[in-house]
Amino acid sequence: MSDIRSNGTHPMDHFLKADRIPHIWCPGCGLGTVLGCMIKSIHKSGFPTDKVAVVSGIGCTGRGAGYVHFDSFHTTHGRAIPFATGLKLANPELKVIVFSGDGDLTAIGGNHFIHAARRNMDLTIFCVNNFNYGMTGGQLAPTTPVRARTTTSPYGNFEPPFSIPRLAAASGAVYVARWTSLHVRRLERSMVEAINKPGFSVVEVLAPCPTLFGAMNKLRSGLEQLNYYRKNCVIEHGADPNEVDIELGAPIIVGKFVDIDKPSYLQLRGEAYATPVLGAGGDSGGARDQERA
Amino acid sequence: MKLWRRPLDEGRLRLPHGEIRVIAERCKGCGFCVEYCPRGVLELSAEFNSKGYHLPIPRRIDLCTTCGLCEALCPEFAINCVSVTVEVHG
Amino acid sequence: MSSNGALVGDFFMSGDIACAEGAISAGCRFFAGYPITPATEIAERMAERMPEVGGTFIQMEDEIASMVAILGASWGGAKAMTATSGPGFSLMMENLGLGIMTETPCVVVNVQRAGPSTGLPTMVAQGDMMQARWGTHGSYETIALSPNSPQELFYLTVRAFNLSERYRVPVIILSDEVVGHMTEKVTIPGPEKLELWPRRKPLVPPEAYRPYDPDPDLVPPMANAGDGYRMHVTGLTHDERGYPTMTVEAQQRLVTRLVDKIRANCDDIIQVEEDGIEDADVVVCAYGITARVALLPIQLAREEGLRVGLLRLVTVWPFPEKRLREIAKKVKAFVVPELNAGQMVLEVERCAAGDARVVLVPHMGGGLHDPGDVLDAIRREAR
Repeated sequence: MSDIRSNGTHPMDHFLKADRIPHIWCPGCGLGTVLGCMIKSIHKSGFPTDKVAVVSGIGCTGRGAGYVHFDSFHTTHGRAIPFATGLKLANPELKVIVFSGDGDLTAIGGNHFIHAARRNMDLTIFCVNNFNYGMTGGQLAPTTPVRARTTTSPYGNFEPPFSIPRLAAASGAVYVARWTSLHVRRLERSMVEAINKPGFSVVEVLAPCPTLFGAMNKLRSGLEQLNYYRKNCVIEHGADPNEVDIELGAPIIVGKFVDIDKPSYLQLRGEAYATPVLGAGGDSGGARDQERA
Repeated sequence: MKLWRRPLDEGRLRLPHGEIRVIAERCKGCGFCVEYCPRGVLELSAEFNSKGYHLPIPRRIDLCTTCGLCEALCPEFAINCVSVTVEVHG
Repeated sequence: MSSNGALVGDFFMSGDIACAEGAISAGCRFFAGYPITPATEIAERMAERMPEVGGTFIQMEDEIASMVAILGASWGGAKAMTATSGPGFSLMMENLGLGIMTETPCVVVNVQRAGPSTGLPTMVAQGDMMQARWGTHGSYETIALSPNSPQELFYLTVRAFNLSERYRVPVIILSDEVVGHMTEKVTIPGPEKLELWPRRKPLVPPEAYRPYDPDPDLVPPMANAGDGYRMHVTGLTHDERGYPTMTVEAQQRLVTRLVDKIRANCDDIIQVEEDGIEDADVVVCAYGITARVALLPIQLAREEGLRVGLLRLVTVWPFPEKRLREIAKKVKAFVVPELNAGQMVLEVERCAAGDARVVLVPHMGGGLHDPGDVLDAIRREAR
């Protein structure tokens, strides 16, 4: 192994819980790449890193929270977003980032996803989409493309999948982008924009799952999936989020689709309560109670 | 490096040149760095680490410009490149 | 109103309102909830009052989100509460477990109504008692309190926040529709007169902090997000560093501590109210609104010359085992009226262990016991 010298550390170790590396993700899995991009983007965003909190749900992507050197919360399946909401509202100084998977955020977590988007909650969502439920062995997800095989769609999926950009944009997100784990530089830049933008930002990141989705769909290694992205991805900033659905074998539109300005939840709340809301006096509670009784 | 004329800033010209560092026990042999290095600097080694994965080794380290793509793409935080500047003379 | 926005003085208040004000007096500054009869008034009151006191009210999209949001808020440093009834309580179960596993202080109010399922939304029952103890999966101990008046609901809400901060566990208030909706005098003392137990913060710097390394009382000090401790908090079984650890040893250590944390501190946690136990032949063991209903049959029985005592459970979980075992050795029988098909009676039976008879007076809810039924049971057992 000539010309390779390493003293056993990597420049990113300071930003990771390095005593937990190597992580549990499979060879060829894209999650490590995306995690690295997220960490770099957090540092580039300029936020004091003591005030950054990463919240995740259950799944392979959800394990990401355990590897970062920030306050991190690995919550229950689908519930990262409401947890993040409570965290942010209790301490608005925090920069709260949700790092979770497509199944966690759009299946069991779907309701929370759309409501947080509706409220334009001050959260940044990095949704890693590997088109299946990896942690449990490769089952169907709401993002699994039609005809794809998974363990719970062994004859090929016939359900139409979600398009995460469409879901996010339709629900009210102010920033919506899609990249893949191959587009590391653009992804990082997009993540910085998403972090710095008030309101609800969503970056969908397609990432390889070679062990499960890939193995069942003739993309048997992470490298083959990256090559698939290289071959099929087309960058179209400003594309209509209603028209970026993903189909097997068809071009995949990536880019920044939505970047608009709307008052965020905290801004709306600040305006609503700008006039001090005071009770009528010492026994206002009782008076109000008697009025209603 | 061969130059067809002598540059005015010869002697002051510094080109980035990279060296690769690999943490052998972290690598899972995914091959992303080998495939996506823009200058084809890397190849997979014949030797393997204790988990049986073949590691990236430089086949043409002179071509490395420390673009950092291997480091950015690596899912394992296993590889990084370090810039070593080389003074150039005509 | 005091300087921090809490009310002070005498009020004519419903239980639900007293609960909300108790939370505010205790320092609660985050409420996430979802409308459900008969707990909706708590959310409505919080919607009015949280902005007045500089807190946050948010109506979440469902009860699951509400439970999770209060966990998040707690880690953000706020005292946080939610309120619901049976159907919502069922939805909250999974994340109650998350709160227990991550040792997150918070308060969950269940204003019980008749079930199962949609049941009688506007009518009383006490059918969720066992659910509060066993409703989420796994092995753990919970703390649950049972008020019998708006005044007590005020005080028990303050106590719930105290217990949750001291023991780093979600504390459940098992109110019921009658206590929640009845209106009585509630005296709210000024904040300087209330004893509030603060969150125990770490005394070591971040490099030395292990988030789940307990103090001698088995409770670890708790840092908040943003304090610079960069901790990892997970619902997976974890070690003292908070790192997911998939071993038998880690499971044994962690779960044993979660259980022992409560059990070892029972004397501090448990409260009961007793009347006339010393020379009783029969003890009526009751809680919540039923304990008030029982006062009349007890009084009538005493007037007939029967020696009847009342053991009122203020803390229902952990169950006042020790006291019950003591009493069982000295009395002939326990009469247990409950607005359910028999839940706390199982605990009474378990603890009496044959030393005394245990008689259930069940009522499926929708209304309160006929005092005559309780009196009949007392008479039978006193013979």
